[in-house]
Amino acid sequence: MSKVIVVTSGKGGVGKTTTSASFSSGLALRGNKTVVIDFDVGLRNLDLIMGCERRVVYDIINVINGEVSLKQALIKDKNCDNLYILPASQTRDKEALNLEGVERILNELRETFDYIVCDSPAGIESGAFTAMYFADEALVVTNPEVSSVRDSDRILGILAAKSKRAVDGLDSVKEHLLVTRYDPKRVEAGEMLSVTDIQEILRIPLIGVIPESESVLQASNAGTPAIHLDKSDVAEAYRDVVGRFMGEEGLPMRFVTVEKKGFFKRLLGGR
Amino acid sequence: MSMISGLISYLRGNEKKTAIVAKERLQIILAHERAGRGAPAPDYLPALQEELMVVIAKYIHIDRESINVQLEKHGEYDVLELNITLPDKMRLNR
Ligand SMILES: Nc1ncnc2c1ncn2[C@@H]1O[C@H](COP(=O)(O)OP(=O)(O)OP(=O)(O)O)[C@@H](O)[C@H]1O
Ligand SMILES: [Mg+2]
Repeated sequence: MSKVIVVTSGKGGVGKTTTSASFSSGLALRGNKTVVIDFDVGLRNLDLIMGCERRVVYDIINVINGEVSLKQALIKDKNCDNLYILPASQTRDKEALNLEGVERILNELRETFDYIVCDSPAGIESGAFTAMYFADEALVVTNPEVSSVRDSDRILGILAAKSKRAVDGLDSVKEHLLVTRYDPKRVEAGEMLSVTDIQEILRIPLIGVIPESESVLQASNAGTPAIHLDKSDVAEAYRDVVGRFMGEEGLPMRFVTVEKKGFFKRLLGGR
Repeated sequence: MSMISGLISYLRGNEKKTAIVAKERLQIILAHERAGRGAPAPDYLPALQEELMVVIAKYIHIDRESINVQLEKHGEYDVLELNITLPDKMRLNR
């Protein structure tokens, strides 16, 4: 049975697209047939983060309008064999993304793919709603900051009341908390909400913690999802998230405490 | 404590850590917002408030702002909350 997973947050700029790119790549690296869909119509960006922007010819609206087939619009990822990207439209408006059309596309994708990852736009308007409506599971991306936590709570309320699963009276959408841009140093100084605080407030299971890291910018500069970076905390953290998502047990939560620098690291000035 | 004095003592270092303040503020606002979620306020509330106003004004001198009707969700139950702020010196009509 294939699964539709929405990457959502309410608040903008918290790391949804960064997460969608790395999470879908991680699923594909483990041999799952995976497709990642950009729902941010008008502000397409997933293509840049995946590094396939120059190969975009058609987009999800072309498919919804029946102008091209799904096959023609899907772009094969350059790093993973099992991964495809369905870009958002840059020119149309959000209203072109209607629920019936999206449902048709998702049903067709379900025939081929194990995982369908939906990168939601910010907000709680139609675009974000369409992205979450058909979800079986949700990664709720949250930064350790008051407005992000509040918006995540709002999104959880909408998932519980207005998603298709809620409306149809099925099992509720399975929710996962993903804390990103986490800075253990500031948490220990009492300047930033801790993972425990956020969990206590939002009351959903934690699937991972992604540290704040300069390598995310380098990954987006290069158009390579952060999970592919060598010797990077962010890449490791995303791999752990994928492992937990796939049911691997006993993975410790890493990068949540300040790393004590060893003698040699200090000597070499590494950070 | 006022905001200014709070800020000063924070800068002096003898104030609560901001992360704790953030957590407390979130807990309060989210409890409120979660209660207000669910069904939207029924549309008879303004009329109900108006009629209550008329009845209460028969006995007590109060103004419009002193009475407030709202519906809240407490777990399983919907609670109709009626708030009347009585004037300092309660004067009865009769
Ligand atoms: N772990 C991280 N460490 C440092 N920077 C990060 C991290 N995650 C994301 N960022 C940066 O934050 C910015 C926003 O990230 P991203 O585009 O993934 O967010 P988004 O939620 O998709 O935004 P939008 O709501 O606009 O779609 C980017 O500049 C990205 O490089
Ligand atoms: Mg985005």
